[in-house]
Amino acid sequence: MEKSLIQLIEVLGYRCLAGQVRTDRMVHWGYVSDLLSDVMGKAQPGMVWITSQVHSNIVAVAALKEVAAIIVVNERQIDPDVLAQAEKEGVVILSSGMPAFETAGRLYAQLKSD
Amino acid sequence: MNCFHADLHIHTCLSPCGDLEMSPRNIIRTARERGLHMIAITDHNSTLNVVVTMEIGRREGIYVIAGCEVNTCEEVHCLCYFPHLHALQVFQLYLEGRMTSLPNDPDRFGYQVAVDANDRILYEEKRSLFVGIDAEIEGVAAEVHRLGGVFVPAHIDRRSNSLLSQLGFVPFGLSHDALEMSRATTPSAFVQKHPELAEELFLHNSDAHYLKDIAAVYNRFYMEQLSWDCFKAAFDHTGNKDSFIGYFYD
Repeated sequence: MEKSLIQLIEVLGYRCLAGQVRTDRMVHWGYVSDLLSDVMGKAQPGMVWITSQVHSNIVAVAALKEVAAIIVVNERQIDPDVLAQAEKEGVVILSSGMPAFETAGRLYAQLKSD
Repeated sequence: MNCFHADLHIHTCLSPCGDLEMSPRNIIRTARERGLHMIAITDHNSTLNVVVTMEIGRREGIYVIAGCEVNTCEEVHCLCYFPHLHALQVFQLYLEGRMTSLPNDPDRFGYQVAVDANDRILYEEKRSLFVGIDAEIEGVAAEVHRLGGVFVPAHIDRRSNSLLSQLGFVPFGLSHDALEMSRATTPSAFVQKHPELAEELFLHNSDAHYLKDIAAVYNRFYMEQLSWDCFKAAFDHTGNKDSFIGYFYD
């Protein structure tokens, strides 16, 4: 079932680091990968993208693929320049306190449930 | 103007995946047999076999560039070349400060040894040289350039540990002197698939981990003589025609 980013933030406890004003976006599914070449091929609009990659290229890839948000796992530190770029490009970046496996598992349960 | 054959991506027995036969002495002998004039020693995240190879090379008439293949925190492999031993030493300290403390597992990854000119083992690196260092690619590029070096993202055509596999495309602000192509393809074939890279300068190296692979592919450097200044000038994009890399001119 589709959920909005706001709902997911509330239920799953992500911190929003960039793109707060865009968190009304709807999410239908997710994709997990740290290889940007792979994400460029496989991610679809309206997915959230779960990754531990924090290089500035994630912003461009997220914008290009029109993903609803990037979820960076393990509370990895993100350079302020990257967050500023995301803000400018309307890319939502959420921070998860959990590793990718748990992050994806909990999200999957949310999107799969009726 | 002279033409020098250069294989600028060669691992020694210091690299976890480098064959133990890849001693400086054997590498220089093989480079000579294959008609190379210039090589670069580029071990993963360490430079400890560079100096001995330069010394043997000087004796045997092979020009050796001091280098390293750094694995960045994005797990992008990057070739770094240095103008002199002082820069190399500074860079070794830079690596030491950012290297993982994860131990190497010799059974799985092979031994990581620094040797002397007679293949005697001087030092075994116990930390894994395979794991990414704690520095992002732009930071490594900046440090190499601060030291007067040359920075070249490695084997960008590969599906793993390459700039394109890890980061999707060449980051806009990434200061680099060329891009390297693996021996699985050629620069012209790759550019046909990636026209956005048509303006880039390319190196084409063997990435040898075994003696048999040295000079499997190589570059032609057209320049006055074998020197760092001529080597560095060959990467000049601004139309310097005193030194250039032969690929596009052949």
